[in-house]
Amino acid sequence: MITTDILIIGAGPTGLFTVFEAGLLKLRCHLIDALPQPGGQCSEIYPKKPIYDIPAYPEILAGDLTERLLEQIKQFEPGFTLGERAETIDKQEDGSFIVTTNRGTKHQAPVIAIAGGLGSFEPRKPPIPNIENFEDLGVEYMIREPELYRDKNVVIAGGGDSALDWSIFLSDVAKSVTLVHRRNEFRGALDSVDKVQELKNLGKINLITPAEIKAIIGKNHVNGVVISKKGEEDYILDTDHFIPLFGLAPKLGPIANWGLEIEKNAIKVNNALDYQTNIPGIYAIGDVNTYPGKLKLILCGFHEATLMCQSAFQRIFPDKKYVMKYTTVGGVDGFDGTRKEAPKAVVKKIE
Amino acid sequence: MEQDVTLKITDREGVLHEIEAPTDMAMNLMEVVRSYELAPEGTIGICGGMAMCASCQCYVNSDHELPEMGIDEDMMLAEAFHVEDNSRLGCQIQITSEMDGLEVVLAPES
Repeated sequence: MITTDILIIGAGPTGLFTVFEAGLLKLRCHLIDALPQPGGQCSEIYPKKPIYDIPAYPEILAGDLTERLLEQIKQFEPGFTLGERAETIDKQEDGSFIVTTNRGTKHQAPVIAIAGGLGSFEPRKPPIPNIENFEDLGVEYMIREPELYRDKNVVIAGGGDSALDWSIFLSDVAKSVTLVHRRNEFRGALDSVDKVQELKNLGKINLITPAEIKAIIGKNHVNGVVISKKGEEDYILDTDHFIPLFGLAPKLGPIANWGLEIEKNAIKVNNALDYQTNIPGIYAIGDVNTYPGKLKLILCGFHEATLMCQSAFQRIFPDKKYVMKYTTVGGVDGFDGTRKEAPKAVVKKIE
Repeated sequence: MEQDVTLKITDREGVLHEIEAPTDMAMNLMEVVRSYELAPEGTIGICGGMAMCASCQCYVNSDHELPEMGIDEDMMLAEAFHVEDNSRLGCQIQITSEMDGLEVVLAPES
C-alpha cells in the first residue's frame, strides 16, 4: 500500500504543480497516470509545440514546460505510479480513500485530487467488426512484452512513430514483420523512416502500402488478417499477431463511475471555494473539472491547484493555525533536506 | 449581420443544423461546432485544434473551395478511422465569407 497526503490522479501540468503547492504546506504527494511518462497531453500529444500563455514565458515548448515543472517540484519528492490507470475508489472508515489501479496497485490518502485532464489515454481501436473478440488473443494495442512475439508472424498497422519503432524493434525478434499503412508516406521521425526503408530493402520488414486491414481471421486466436490494398483484390495474410498502433485518445474512463457529479464529460466542482467535488475530500482541478465560466487553460489549472491545496491542508489538519507565506519570505524547504531562500541582506559600513 | 455565413452541419446523430457563424472571430469549423454544442464537450477538438487528434473529422458534401490540406492534416487523416475521400479536419477550415452555404457531416467519434 502506497500512503501519502494528497493522491493526485493525472501527472499533467496541473497535477505536477499541485506537488509544489502541497509541498509548501508540508504535504506529500503521489501521482498516478495511465501514460508511462509525466506531462499528460503536453508530453503525449504536443511536446514540440509552443505555448504562449504561461505567465513570464513569452514562449515555451510543452515538453519543456513539463521538464521545468518536474525540476520545480523535485525537492518535494513526489511518488509516481505510471502506466497504470486509477480504476476504483473506496472510502475508509477513517475518512481516507483507497484508490486501486488496473494493475492492482493500492494507494491510500486522506485527500484525492483528480487532475485527469480529458481522461486517461487509451489506445485508439480501429473499427474492425470483430476486433474485440481477439483482444489479448493475438490483437494487442500496445506492446508490453516484446518476447511474446519471438519467432511469431506479426502484422503492425499505423504510420506514426510507434508503428515504425516497433516494426524496427520486432524485426530482430519476430519470425516476420509486416507493416501496413494507408499511405506510402510516414509521419514518424526521419531516422525511423530511413531505418524501415533499409530493413525493407534487406527483406526484414514486409511493407504493404497503401493498404488497410479490413478483417481478422481466426477461431480462438488470430490466424490471419484481410488486407485491402488499393487497386488489388482483398487477400488474407497469415499472422499470429495483429498490432494496431493508431495512437492514444483520452477517455474519462472509470472516474465517471466514482459517484461524482459529471456534466459535459467533466467533473462539477465548487469554484466559489476550493474546487471540491460533491464527495468531500475529493477535489477536481484543471481541464477535468467544470464550473460556470470554466476555461481549460494550464494557467487556470495552476490557480485551482493552489486553492485546492489550502483546503486540503485544512481538511488534514483542521485545528492547525496557518497563514499563507510568500516563498520569497519563507523560502522553500524540501523533503530531501534542501532549502532555497532569498539571500540575506548585506550590510557594510562606509568609513 | 452581413459578416455571418450560414453553415449546414449534420451532427453525429444525423440531425441537420442550419447555423450562423461569424467570419470576424478567427473561428474554424471545429470551434463553431463547439460553440453551438453540436457534439458533446470532450468528444470534439480534443487536441485544441492542432490537427493532432482527428476528433473533429467531418465529411464535406458541398463543392466549396476549401483551404488546401496541410501536411499535419493529411498525415492525421492517414491514421484516422472512417476516412472518406471528402474527409477534412474541421479545425483546419477557417470560417470565411467563401464558406457560406458549406455542408458538412460530422464523422463518428472514435
